[in-house]
Amino acid sequence: MSEVGLTSFETYFPIFFQIVLAIIIGVLMFGVSAMLGRRSKSRVKDEAYECGIEVTTDTRHRFSVKFYLVAILFIVFDLETVFLFPWAVNYKQLGLFGLVEMVIFILILLVGYVYIVKKGAIKWD
Amino acid sequence: MLEFILITIIKAVVVVTVLLLTCAWMTYAERKILARMQSRIGPNVAGWKGLLQPVADLVKLLFKEEVIPGGAQRALYLLAPLLAFIPAMLPIAMIPFGNKITLFGREINLVIANYDNGLLFILAVASLSVYGIVMAGWSANSKYSLLGGLRSSAQMISYEIGIGMSLIGIVLLAGTLNLVDIVGQQNVWYKWFIFRQPIGFLLYFVCAIAETNRAPFDLPEAESELVAGYFTEYSSMRFGLFFVGEYANMVTVATVATTLFLGGWQGPFLPPVLWFVIKAVAVLFIYIWIRASLPRFRYDQLMKFGWYVIIPLALANILVTALIDLL
Repeated sequence: MSEVGLTSFETYFPIFFQIVLAIIIGVLMFGVSAMLGRRSKSRVKDEAYECGIEVTTDTRHRFSVKFYLVAILFIVFDLETVFLFPWAVNYKQLGLFGLVEMVIFILILLVGYVYIVKKGAIKWD
Repeated sequence: MLEFILITIIKAVVVVTVLLLTCAWMTYAERKILARMQSRIGPNVAGWKGLLQPVADLVKLLFKEEVIPGGAQRALYLLAPLLAFIPAMLPIAMIPFGNKITLFGREINLVIANYDNGLLFILAVASLSVYGIVMAGWSANSKYSLLGGLRSSAQMISYEIGIGMSLIGIVLLAGTLNLVDIVGQQNVWYKWFIFRQPIGFLLYFVCAIAETNRAPFDLPEAESELVAGYFTEYSSMRFGLFFVGEYANMVTVATVATTLFLGGWQGPFLPPVLWFVIKAVAVLFIYIWIRASLPRFRYDQLMKFGWYVIIPLALANILVTALIDLL
């Protein structure tokens, strides 16, 4: 918008190059430290850290279902945010129509939100 | 064409170098400022007043032994630090850190990528770092890592909603996602979005602190209960990559806050780039200040705050902004 006539190459090459640069730096730091560090193996070193006490059980147990619920709720609300962005960009053109529509949209989600809260899905105790 | 490629490469290399140096010396600044606030001296051995401490830390990390725990999923375990580090280097490409300058008769835009969906790109890339954390936590086969990773990912996705929603007020007022345009609209101080979106700024800053796992939301690495959280089992530069990534994310948050809310590089008398640096450093200082001042949240308080306070408040902020804008 600010610079008319930017070709798609001029738009995307900088992003592409930034990603390449980040990967190069990351791999370089990774590689240099792999070359410089000394190494020795021992059985104790292989164990996971548990405050110096021998490891009791495997880690991959079941864990609280709350984390799973939070992840699902995140998808719902993040999708809502995704819908809000194009609406916000075009709000000046949409005017009153845009406002009314968005109020309805948010109200529908609010009903879902109240339901979640009442169900205690995000209660942590 | 060739000239454009060359200029882009130079800009990107310079900016990334500055970003990495900022991350390195931010660790020093943080230790020094925290020490002062707690009536200690802080690092003062390496170099004049300890200024070479980051270099010493880097050399130490590079020469450390790399331990892979026996029960670890090797591929995921090795990939995780890179996945935490690489996304942290990307958002800076969208940030305009100065006006156009003329150098050797060429007009140069002081932004790496002038991209119309810049804000969306930043949000998208910032959320990628969750993958690195989940993988690090799960792959190491250590209880502390797993708990830290789970907590961290739940916290980050909860507050990510808040970040996205808190910025919608600005997008609504500006009518664009291009960061260059957003800065252009804040050309006088009373037009800065912090004055037009005060609640949006507060929400963004709180969510950003939670998103970058910093105090008072630093539960994933709550030392007293989780040792070091998701990077408990990492050593040497692999640990360092997580660390640099975290600090790079903090710098990103500071520069995004500067760009969106504090008028970016705009300001009187001083050169634009200097204004940008001053504002960003001020935000970073507040970050450290908060860490020195506030105690850590409890986990249920943290989740409650995110879901019961931040999200409704952000939604209300959007609606009120839309209503006022219409009138």
